[in-house]
Order: sequence, then structure tokens, then C-alpha cells
Amino acid sequence: MRIARTTNPGPALRLPEKHYLNATYGIRSWLLTTDHKRIALLYLLSVTFFFFIGGFFAMMIRLHLLTPSGYLLSADTYNRMFTMHGVAMIFFFLIPSIPAILGNFLIPLMIGAKDLAFPKINLLSWYIYIVGGAFTLYSMVTGGLDTGWTFYTPLSTVYSNSAVAPAVVGIFITGFSSILTGLNFLVTIHTMRAPGMTWFRLPLFVWAHYATSVVMILGTPVVAITLALAAMERVFGLGFFNPAMGGDPILFQHLFWFYSHPAVYIMILPSMGVISELIPTFARKKLFGYHFVAAASLAIAVIGFLVWTHHMFLTGQSTYAALAFSFLTFLVAIPSAVKTFNWTATLFGGSISFDTPMLYAFGFLGLFLIGGLTGLFLGCLGVDMHVHDTYFVVAHFHYIMVGGAVMGYLGGLHFWWPKITGRMYPEWLARIAALVLFVGFNLTFFPQFVLGYLGMPRRYHVYPPEFQVYNVMSTAGASILAVGYLLPMVYLTWAAFYGKVAGDNPWPATGLEWKTPSPPPTENFEVTPVVTWEAYDFHNRPDLGLDDSSHPAVAPAHGDD
Amino acid sequence: MHRTGALYGQFKTLEQQKDTASLGMWIFLVTEVMFFGGIMLAYTINRHTYFHAFAMGSNTLSLKLGGFNTVVLLASSFTMAMAVWSAQVGKKKLIPLFLTLTIVLGFVFFGVKYVEYAQKFHHHLVPGKSFDISYCVNHPNQCEDVDGAELDVEREEIAKALAADPDLNAHAQLYYSAYFGMTGLHALHMVIGAGLLLWLLRNSLSGLYTPEWNTPVDLVGLYWHFVDIVWIYLFPLLYLIDRHK
Repeated sequence: MRIARTTNPGPALRLPEKHYLNATYGIRSWLLTTDHKRIALLYLLSVTFFFFIGGFFAMMIRLHLLTPSGYLLSADTYNRMFTMHGVAMIFFFLIPSIPAILGNFLIPLMIGAKDLAFPKINLLSWYIYIVGGAFTLYSMVTGGLDTGWTFYTPLSTVYSNSAVAPAVVGIFITGFSSILTGLNFLVTIHTMRAPGMTWFRLPLFVWAHYATSVVMILGTPVVAITLALAAMERVFGLGFFNPAMGGDPILFQHLFWFYSHPAVYIMILPSMGVISELIPTFARKKLFGYHFVAAASLAIAVIGFLVWTHHMFLTGQSTYAALAFSFLTFLVAIPSAVKTFNWTATLFGGSISFDTPMLYAFGFLGLFLIGGLTGLFLGCLGVDMHVHDTYFVVAHFHYIMVGGAVMGYLGGLHFWWPKITGRMYPEWLARIAALVLFVGFNLTFFPQFVLGYLGMPRRYHVYPPEFQVYNVMSTAGASILAVGYLLPMVYLTWAAFYGKVAGDNPWPATGLEWKTPSPPPTENFEVTPVVTWEAYDFHNRPDLGLDDSSHPAVAPAHGDD
Repeated sequence: MHRTGALYGQFKTLEQQKDTASLGMWIFLVTEVMFFGGIMLAYTINRHTYFHAFAMGSNTLSLKLGGFNTVVLLASSFTMAMAVWSAQVGKKKLIPLFLTLTIVLGFVFFGVKYVEYAQKFHHHLVPGKSFDISYCVNHPNQCEDVDGAELDVEREEIAKALAADPDLNAHAQLYYSAYFGMTGLHALHMVIGAGLLLWLLRNSLSGLYTPEWNTPVDLVGLYWHFVDIVWIYLFPLLYLIDRHK
């Protein structure tokens, strides 16, 4: 059954007179705000800043690898570049990106609350992020960091001559920002839902953030204590990870990956949440298998805690443990596939429109599929032995983190930009940017699968000449990718001030966040909403202005047109 | 968010506000369990691998001081519970009294901890180049705070442990890494707790906490009890591994 979007030539749209952006003025009103929407924008600025820092390091890596002998950087500087790229992108961009920006902005709106449960703690978490970021920047400008983003001991604790201590302290501090965000979301989702907003009426974006928050509060403290121990080892000479005292470097790896593998799900689950909003909206169809997608988020969060040693198959563990962890790793594929199949099934028979957010959703589907399936290759013991620490691994996790998480992030940013700013981005330019990104991304990272399979190790600053053609392709792709990232930054900024006024619900979409003006007032809703409809139910929502008069509200059993 | 009396703007009722705050505190304590869990895991693995060194390290601690501190912390938990009770039943004068007692007991704990740490520095028991598990045994005149009979027992034990683990001096540093890491983090939590108690004390002196609204007292109480419970684990883990027979 198809539902057409009606063109509604009503009176010209205007921004609401008072909204959260113009409620108060001045730098103090931003730096001391407890409004979750303003804090989300503070995060947007600081996270974007770190994204471009990390992007700069990435470009240096790619330019250096243009020739086999590496013409640009010394080996030592190269080590610092890939380390700082990883640190900036993982801890300061990917982990906070969707939760702290979109989650922060949208969760209270989606559940019909006036704010998060703890607005002051929300602001505090941003300041903690900034302080942690300052420490890490200090490390970057005073000698950099050359241990790899994983900080393996005893390199990081004994031998490295780079500025490890401030970086570790910075990441330790930033961890608490993540913990407090997760805590705030969990409590908010439990206690702040509007009347009628039952658990199974929650948008899947909220379910995904619930699962993410569970990972944040259970995993982050473990990496915090691990990094604290590593820092104390470097500064005060404690010995847990130091073989000279009988300590165990493998213990560090266990503790580190106990967080850092689930951290991948902190990056991808919120992105999946975004996709679960985009696909029903632009297919104008109820999401297929709502309960299963919600449960799959929780399943990924739970199983995600039981797979960490697949990062250590070749660094020393018993074969039997490796077998068990390999099996558990395969299990993650089940809830991931449940989601992917359900998104695809939602498209079937839908009335699909190719607006920019939907292009990102399609991009996500394809890239996540490749990233996820190559994850199974790596979880397989025999194959992992062959491709461990090669560019195959690099390509795999970039397909998940950039192809998955960043595609979702940008798709979400475009989708909710009219809600955040009240104004529309330029649609055609945005479609072109999405296409440029997709092409640039694949050109950058697909050749790396081939490189890795042929045996090019990661983290080396030189390589045999026969690998050059793939490296040139990858660097060319990275340049296109850079254009693809700069474009949205420019036109989204432009649109925030000069874009066409969007109206309350331009798509139209079904969530509660679209039932309040764009941009929303400081208290989110004039009157606390009462929810009487299921999530993504386009048929029983006359308020959306969709033309479905010629179709029955319930699909016929034999399928449809 | 603006505030009406004790009710913050994002909530509808005081009850919702209180439930929300409690849930937040309990979730925070879960994160604390995971935090201490990491270092306890490191402790457990090393203790299992280097049992002799850990037992030896444990025997160089003072049971008297550790035991005294355990009693002090348990007493502070009692006074904290009394402060929460006073707030709940509206005995406004008693709240600051019990809070003060709790703070005083906290500082007694810090004082004893300072004595213990200082002793470890003097006895060359801090991980690093000058660490020497046999320092007191070999330089009894530098360790006048340990009595002679105790040192005789220690000498025998070190000889036995060395026979079982020739690398005793390196592995004992792992024990002391655990000792300083765990008690240090615990003390840091106590410092934060003491700061929170001082804040409660100031507010309670101006009569802020009533039977209708005393959430901060309740929540800081939860935190303080949690820090005590951590010590209840640390005491046997560090002091009672394999005491002199």
C-alpha cells in the first residue's frame, strides 16, 4: 500500500516567535545553560572540532602512503599521526557524536519530557568532555602520542617517549562525560515518559540509546580504571602490567577490550537508532518487526560484552577460550541481521522517497552489511590468523564506524536539522554531497580490503611497491571523502541561518518531536502531550496530512500493490 | 529549568523527582562497582599467580591500624544512617550533629591512613627502584615502630617465601601496587564523600532538609555506605591474606 505525500500550499511558513535559540541571549546563556537542546549544540560544535582534527591526521596518513617509501613523514611522526587520528576520532568524535548531540537533543522531545532527568549533570558532562579534550590536545601539541589508540603496555607505560600521560588522563576524564550521559539517558527513559508513552510505543531511536547507555555505564568505568592503572604505572611506577615485576601486559589488553569492544556498539547502536527512524519515515510505512528491532538493540548490547578477546586471538590466550569467543562473536551477527532484514522488509511495498536522509540510510544499509560480514571473517579463527593486523581489519572497522556510524550520524543530522534550526538545508546540494561521500568512502576503504588480504600490515609507514596502486586509490578516495565532509559542514551552517523555513513537520514523520514547533520552545511542549498512537503508525495519524483516503488502514493479507 | 520550592521544572511531582534521583544514584553506584571491579580483577589474578608474595606483603601491614580503621568506618556508617534518619523524621537539630560526627570519623580514617602510608615509605615498601620487602628485617634500627618479635617472625616468613618464589621482591611490588592503587582510590572516594558531607552540613545548618524533602542526605548516605562497603572488601583482601600462624 502506498501513501502519497500531499503538497499542501498553505500560508507561508514562519518560525515561532519564541524558541530555545532566542529565549535568552549572550555567551553566558549558552555556557551556563541547562537546556538539553542547547547542550546538544555545544556538543555539536566541540565534536565537530575534534572530527576535523582527527580528519587532518587521517589526511596526513593517506598522503604519506601515496608512495611506497613514504615521502612525507618520518617513521616516528607517522606513528603519532595514526595514533592521534584514532584517539581523536574514537574518544572525542564517534563515542559522543550521536548520543551527546542527537540523543541529547531528541530523547526528551521523543518521550514528551521537558528536559533530561538531570539537566545540570548534562551540562557537567559537556564540561568534563571539554576538560578531557584539553588534556588530550595538550598531549597532541607537546610531543604527540605514538602508542596506537589502544595504549598497549608496556610500550605505553615504560618505553614510549611521547606524551602518554596527559592523553591517558584526558581520555580517563572524558570517560566520565560518557558515563554521565548514559546515566542521564537511562534514568530519563525510565522516569520521564509522557502519559501514554509506553515502553513499546517508544521510537526505536530511544530503544537504541537505552541499549547504548547500558553499555556506557557498564563498560566505561572499566576502561577508566584500566587507564588510571596505566597512568599510575607510568607516573608512580605501579606494576600490574609491567613484566619486569611479573605483571601481565595481556591483562591490560583484556581490561582494555572489555570496554573497547562494546565501545564499537556505543558508536553503531545509536546510528542504528537513527536508521530505524529514517526508513519508516521515507518509506511511509510502519517499521517491520518493531519488537524484534528493539530487542535486537538490547541483545547486541548484552552479547557485545562477551566477545572482547576476539581482538586478542593472536596475542596470547588459550585455544579453547578463543573457540568460545569466536562462537560468541558470530552470535552478534544474529541481532544485527534481524535489524538489517527488518529495515529491508520495511522498504518492501513502501512509498519510498529519496530525500537526503534516506540516501544516507541506504548508504548505511550497504556499508554496514559489508562491514558486518567482514567482521565475521575476522571472528573466524583461521581467517583471523591470516588477516590479523592487516589493512583488512582497518577496512572492516572503517566500514562499521565510518560507513555505519558516520552515515547514520549525517543522515540524522540532515533529518533533524529542520527541527534543530527551524530551517531546511538545500536538498539537491545535500543529495550530491551524500553521493560524493558514498563514492569517496568506498574508494578509500574498499581497496584496503584487498591490501589487507594481500598482506599489507597496518601501522607501517612504508610498504612494498606492488601495493602502490591500491594505496593511490585509497588516497584519492580520501580526498573525495574530505570534500564530502566539508560540503555538509558548509551548507548546514548556511542553512541554519538562511535556509528556507521548514515548518513543524516537513517530512512528515510520526515522532513526538515533530508535534512541537521547529525550533522547539525551551520547555519543549506547551502542554505535556498524551500519546495514543503506536510508533511509526502513518495510518491513524490524520494530523500528518498524508493522503491515504484511497487505501484501507490495514494491509490485505495477500500483500498489496 | 526553573524551580518551584523543592520541585525542579522538568518534573511533575516531588515523588517523581525523588524516584528519579534515587535511580540515578543507584545507577551511579553500579558504575562504581564496575570501576572497583577492574582493579579487584587485577588483584585477584596477581594474588592467584604470586600467592607467596601477596601473603608476605599482607603480613607487612599493621593489622592493628587496619582493624581500627575498619571500626572507624563502620561507626561512620552508623552516624551517617542516623543523619538520614534524623532528616526523615524531621529532627532538624540532630542532622548537623550526626553529619559532623561522620565527617570527624572520616578524618580519623585519613589520619590513620596517613600514618600507614608514611610507614610504608620509611620501610621501602613503595613500588619502584628502592622497593625492598626485606628492608626492615635487614635494617631493624630503621624500623623501630615494628617490634622485635614481629620482625623475627617476618624474617622466617621471608626466608620461606623466598624459597617458594625467588623473585619475591619483584612480585611483592605487585602486592603493593594493589595496596596503594586500591586504598588510594578508596581514599579519593572518601575525600569526595567528605566534601559532599560538608556541603550537606552547611545546608542542614540552615534547616534545608525536611521530612518532605531530604533527597540529598539520602543519596550522599547511599554513596557513603558504598565507600564503606568497598573498605569492608579491601580490609580482608589486603590485610588478612595469610596472617602469621
